[in-house]
Amino acid sequence: MKRLPFYILALVLPAAAGAEENFPPPQFTSGYQFPPMQMPYPRAAIFGWIDLAVLVVTLVAAAYLALRLRSRRHLWLLALFSLGYFGFYRHGCICPVGATQNVALALADSGYQLPVLVGAFFLLPLMVALVAGRAFCAAVCPLGAVQEVVLLRPLRVPAWLEQPLGLIPFFYLGIAVLLAWTGSTFLICRYDPFIALFRLGGSGGMIAFGVGMLALATVVGRPYCRFLCPYGALLRLVSPLSKWRVKITPTDCVKCHLCADACPYGAIKPPTPAPRGTSRREGKARLAALLAVLPLMLALGGWLGYRASGVLARVHPTVTLAERVALEQQGYAQGTTLASEAFYITGQPNETLYAAAAALRARFAPGTAVLGAWVALVLGLKLIGLSVRRHRTDYEADPGACLLCGRCYEACPMQHAEDVEQWRAAAGEAET
Amino acid sequence: MPDSPPKRTRREFLREALRAAGLLLFSGGLGAVLSRGEAEEMVWQIDPEKCTQCGQCATECVLTPSAVKCVHQYAMCGYCKLCFGFFRDQRPDDGTGAENVRCPTDAIRRRFVEEPYYQYMIDEPRCIGCAKCVKGCEAYGNGALYLQVRHDRCLNCNQCAIATACPAQAFVRVPRSKPYILKTRKASG
Repeated sequence: MKRLPFYILALVLPAAAGAEENFPPPQFTSGYQFPPMQMPYPRAAIFGWIDLAVLVVTLVAAAYLALRLRSRRHLWLLALFSLGYFGFYRHGCICPVGATQNVALALADSGYQLPVLVGAFFLLPLMVALVAGRAFCAAVCPLGAVQEVVLLRPLRVPAWLEQPLGLIPFFYLGIAVLLAWTGSTFLICRYDPFIALFRLGGSGGMIAFGVGMLALATVVGRPYCRFLCPYGALLRLVSPLSKWRVKITPTDCVKCHLCADACPYGAIKPPTPAPRGTSRREGKARLAALLAVLPLMLALGGWLGYRASGVLARVHPTVTLAERVALEQQGYAQGTTLASEAFYITGQPNETLYAAAAALRARFAPGTAVLGAWVALVLGLKLIGLSVRRHRTDYEADPGACLLCGRCYEACPMQHAEDVEQWRAAAGEAET
Repeated sequence: MPDSPPKRTRREFLREALRAAGLLLFSGGLGAVLSRGEAEEMVWQIDPEKCTQCGQCATECVLTPSAVKCVHQYAMCGYCKLCFGFFRDQRPDDGTGAENVRCPTDAIRRRFVEEPYYQYMIDEPRCIGCAKCVKGCEAYGNGALYLQVRHDRCLNCNQCAIATACPAQAFVRVPRSKPYILKTRKASG
């Protein structure tokens, strides 16, 4: 009871006096010891290395199964394993898709050191892609695996729709890298469609996005991978350089079109008609015109991006907060938000906040200019790509778009004929 | 078409050169990352100095209940009998019934130590990280109760959902070998 005055004092003290010590440390006479503060540690570091080892093994296995064994069934089983391990067991983090942003942040912010495992997760699938194409997409990525599993009846996406939609990943990559670079947010992780599924919980918006994407994935082959995934955009850039590619038919292509029908990802390109003189000359003229226009496009894109920097900068919470505080100070906004209230509690002068926001806007301005130029570059190169004639005599898998699912091997009649021959030979050996 | 075969080889050569350059770049990057061994995994934590006890840790986490829990830094605690982390501001009496206590899940255990001191313990499985007790302790007490991300529960999402929502930008990345931010006693007043 002798401490009662303290409580009364505490009640009349303003709330702002919090965090100051209101009560002196107790003088225990009974030999009471402070209980230790419980600090449960994160999982041991060794598990991170196990994740990395699993990544390496699954990447190599996917490349082997897709390009040497040519077995869709084995690839599907490996995809199921990856879905279980990286998806449901590891809850989808860390993944190479999201690691892209950690790399961007580490390059921009010297205060953030790129963790070893995150760097390795980002780089390994790209290295494999240089050798064997998108083996990561085939059966390692849990996001791809979950869409692969639910694909029931693939519809063909018409080329006029597929071509522009296929550019979205490049734009998404640009925006996500810019937002990570400026330390605003990790956009790719925030809008990861299947993370709520892997964690069996999440916000309503995340669950709705995931369910919608899964529903779409039953009739459209891997919509996230083809039309959104920013890491897929990187792999699409790197995979055309790959050493080993999908060779659909083991012998001669009979041009039956069965493989192109079987591919749900529109990755198989038919043979081209023989080039004719006039079309070739026209194509050359168009290419020259496009190459001349490209610098103009880049300049225009950069300028538009620069103009839009103020809008994009608002993704950063400090910029939004500074704008809100300014509005409140000028009397244009009534009341406070949770964020502005939190800022007032810190007792910092408004000018500090405004200066921080101005510094961020100054970082965004060149960033959005580069982003605009990047968007223009992607568009320009796409147009150039459309006017460059590639000569194909057989049905070929486009290494940039091919996800190494193995469906074309199953569809190819020449592969089937060879398989039958092998079974017969094996049966004949068994009989004799 | 006489130019067909040489064109193929030129393209092949370009591809091989680019592939070699890419492999060199990526393996160089990987080597650089691997050789810098000290850059360890980062985990999320709440900076208690920035936290404003808005209560969103309880609702924004991808886990239910949240990976954020209240912790008690005993060395800072006043061991008050009338603890405002434990009791509501307005209450019928000083009993420990539900009508008097602040915690909505009855996660704070009170134990008599010696006159006039009482020890308060967080029953972590019950705690939902709503910060109601933290707010009381911050306002009237020593700030010995505060929120921390519990790393036996945290999934360590690459972008923490609570960090995105946190109005005070109190979520920071800390090295996994030092995953907690300990509050210490300020100069006694």
